[in-house]
Amino acid sequence: MSKRNPEYDFKWCPGCGDFGVVRAVEMAIGRRAAERGESIEKTVIVAGIGCSGNLVHLQEGPQPFGIHGIHGRTLPIAYGIKAGRPDLNVLIAAGDGDFLSIGMEHIGPQAKRNLDVTAVVMDNGIYGLTKGQASPTTMLGVVTPTTPYGKLEDAINPLELYLTLGVSFVASGISTKPRELAGLIQQGMDHPGFAIVHVQSPCTTYNDTYEALKGNPEKGIEPGAFDIPADHDPADRSAAIALAGNKAIPIGLLYQRADSTPMQQRLTEARARTKVRTRSVDDLLTGLHI
Amino acid sequence: MGSDLVVRFAGEGGQGQVTAAEGLAQAAAQVGYHVQTFATYPSQIEGGPTWAQTRVSTNTILTQGDQLDVLVALNRSAYETHIGELREGGVLIYNSKDFDEQLGGLSIGLDVDSLARATGNPRAANIIMIGAVAQLASMPADYFRQFIEARFRRGRANDDEIINGNIKALDVGFDAAAASGYRVNPLDPPPAIDRQRVLVKGNDFLSLGAIAAGLDIFIGYPISPATTILTFMEGNLNGEGKFVGQATSEIESIGAIVGAGYSGRKAMTSTAGPGLSLMGEGLGLAWMAEIPLVVCDVQRGGPATGLPTKTEQSDLLTALNPGHGDMRIPVIAPGSVEECWQAGIDAINWAERYQGPVILLTEMGVAERNEDVPRPDPSLVVAETRVVSDGSMGNKRYSGNGLAPFPVPGGPGAYVANASEHDEEGDTTHLPQVHVTQTERRFAKLKLLENGSYEAEHTESPIAIMPWGGSKGAARAAYQILRATGTELGWLYTMYLNPLPAALLEELRRKELVIVPELNYLGQFSGVLRGLGVNAHSITQYTGLPFKEQFLVERVREEIAARSGRLARV
Repeated sequence: MSKRNPEYDFKWCPGCGDFGVVRAVEMAIGRRAAERGESIEKTVIVAGIGCSGNLVHLQEGPQPFGIHGIHGRTLPIAYGIKAGRPDLNVLIAAGDGDFLSIGMEHIGPQAKRNLDVTAVVMDNGIYGLTKGQASPTTMLGVVTPTTPYGKLEDAINPLELYLTLGVSFVASGISTKPRELAGLIQQGMDHPGFAIVHVQSPCTTYNDTYEALKGNPEKGIEPGAFDIPADHDPADRSAAIALAGNKAIPIGLLYQRADSTPMQQRLTEARARTKVRTRSVDDLLTGLHI
Repeated sequence: MGSDLVVRFAGEGGQGQVTAAEGLAQAAAQVGYHVQTFATYPSQIEGGPTWAQTRVSTNTILTQGDQLDVLVALNRSAYETHIGELREGGVLIYNSKDFDEQLGGLSIGLDVDSLARATGNPRAANIIMIGAVAQLASMPADYFRQFIEARFRRGRANDDEIINGNIKALDVGFDAAAASGYRVNPLDPPPAIDRQRVLVKGNDFLSLGAIAAGLDIFIGYPISPATTILTFMEGNLNGEGKFVGQATSEIESIGAIVGAGYSGRKAMTSTAGPGLSLMGEGLGLAWMAEIPLVVCDVQRGGPATGLPTKTEQSDLLTALNPGHGDMRIPVIAPGSVEECWQAGIDAINWAERYQGPVILLTEMGVAERNEDVPRPDPSLVVAETRVVSDGSMGNKRYSGNGLAPFPVPGGPGAYVANASEHDEEGDTTHLPQVHVTQTERRFAKLKLLENGSYEAEHTESPIAIMPWGGSKGAARAAYQILRATGTELGWLYTMYLNPLPAALLEELRRKELVIVPELNYLGQFSGVLRGLGVNAHSITQYTGLPFKEQFLVERVREEIAARSGRLARV
């Protein structure tokens, strides 16, 4: 909404990976709406707090709905939106701090519900908005303003974490390839269940990993990311876990559960099975008659 | 005063006290008496000192009763703890198995467990107790036979056997009490039943009210004493488009109902103090982004884990300002089980009307007690629905000087519901003038809620008593005693604590002294009232138990003497 809105006063730094992600999100939700013949207003972006969450205000073209809430709580909000309106497409935009530190407790429950939403997690390995502190994905030993002797905690491996928690669709993307990323996001939205697209989105100010991800033969830097081989079977969870355990980051679709049943479908089926009787308030009051 | 009976069943948890108290209440209500129960127990699955009380009356009941007509002590420690509350002339029934000696005075020793086994139904001990109590109060045995018939006739093959066994147990209790020759004041016959009544607990009744007002989504996390709202909803809020879920924490609950409210549905959660603390930031989000939702806080003793199964009114300040920053959440606090129905309806309606969060503030003492109340007519419920955007405002969700139409996702008017300070479209901004405008918009909407009803009597008196929430009953009883004995005192009451009805606030400001009985140390509500320019002072109690009538009578007299004296000197 920012182009039409001069009062919007947030800016990403030049070269920020999130520019690539916002284009990919626009592409994915715009294309998907067109393909399905539905209006873009049927899509809601639930944004976290941090640099990444501002993506919700920076959509160009036809506008989806958005909710830019509080730190770490995108998933509970998304749960409530789907509980209220299963017909809406819900896309979450959050960073590694929001999603994996303060918000980590919410990943497991949504995986177990298999909530039908897609989370785009923008990982820059640092807290950018608060100026460069260590995040869950900052590597062991890295010096930041909050880790003057080097980070004492091991870094989280997010892809392994998602697979362990039972997330039914796990993909990994990179902000420098927005077209491929858009494809993964769209696939995630089409997946009936909880989808996470984890995106390497470097921070040019506090943690510039562009070179580390791409590699630099002249400096002897091995690429930190690689494309998932074409013969990988995304239905094979063990193979996905093996990929996630690689030292370099696999890019592409790691895992998609074949028999994925989302929360709402489980509820519909359970209701049909148990034949719960719907009683009016009048009937319920009659049951309390003295 | 022959129209009133107060009975307490006390012992170890699991000895059937609550069943006995509720059974007595049901039996008495069935033949037309007014009833109220009260139970208190420790926070454990089974065991620990537990007692339950039933009051039966020919009049409307305001409190659980100060003094006992009959004490049923199921063990020695219960006897020692409660005997002091047995009135002069009251009768003690004790479990003789737990005592080596015969107790003197007006006492009946019964080995209820052996007697129950002798009837062939070892679980009938509480029916024996009910029988003994009924005989002591000269209540006809027929009332209780009807009750047993109604309670145990369930279309099973052995219904007759079960019913006969229980009637035998009832007779055992009757006979034992009759043999003692003791009597408490006989109850007058029940009043004529003028309309259909229901016997209901506060938590169930407010849940029904919320459903009647069109509640769609309920998501909550178990916590005493609010869990029964969650379980009621799980069982009864169903059908097309309805959803009930158990969250993994109160942080998830509040986030989820923010999402549900944002999605255009009527959403609610329930919790107690610890959960309310966790919901603070989420409630701030709902206030800031203007999302309708209801949080029901069933107060218990605090702070922290506090007294999970006791009653207190110490969450008021948290309810008004549950999170950081400039906000004042609307609060509705029902004063009785009967008021819970309307409070449930109004909480949903308020959230829709002003488009923001509402706290329904109740308490253990109201939530868990049974009361007979007139059956409400659901067809008379006016269910309000938020003003929805038709797209003519474009995406200016947060425009104007107050309420703006609500864009529902999927429809026109796409915007960003924003917890950061935002402009008209919901985009983040730090401009000073926008923060001023938007802060004032949010507070201006509270004006839409200032037309709540209130009670006022003897407004000519310069001194008024004004209770809130569950202390209403005891305050009302004290007020009636004080008026009848010549104390010049007015009565003011509302369940709409924020914003107060505008006319009531004017009334309050005219008073020389407003006395506020409340169950907390700080005197929370009187502090709020003083902030609004009312000369209010509290009578406080923080025992985890409700007020007694006589305690309030004495304290109000003292308060008037002390404060009027001071007023005169100034």
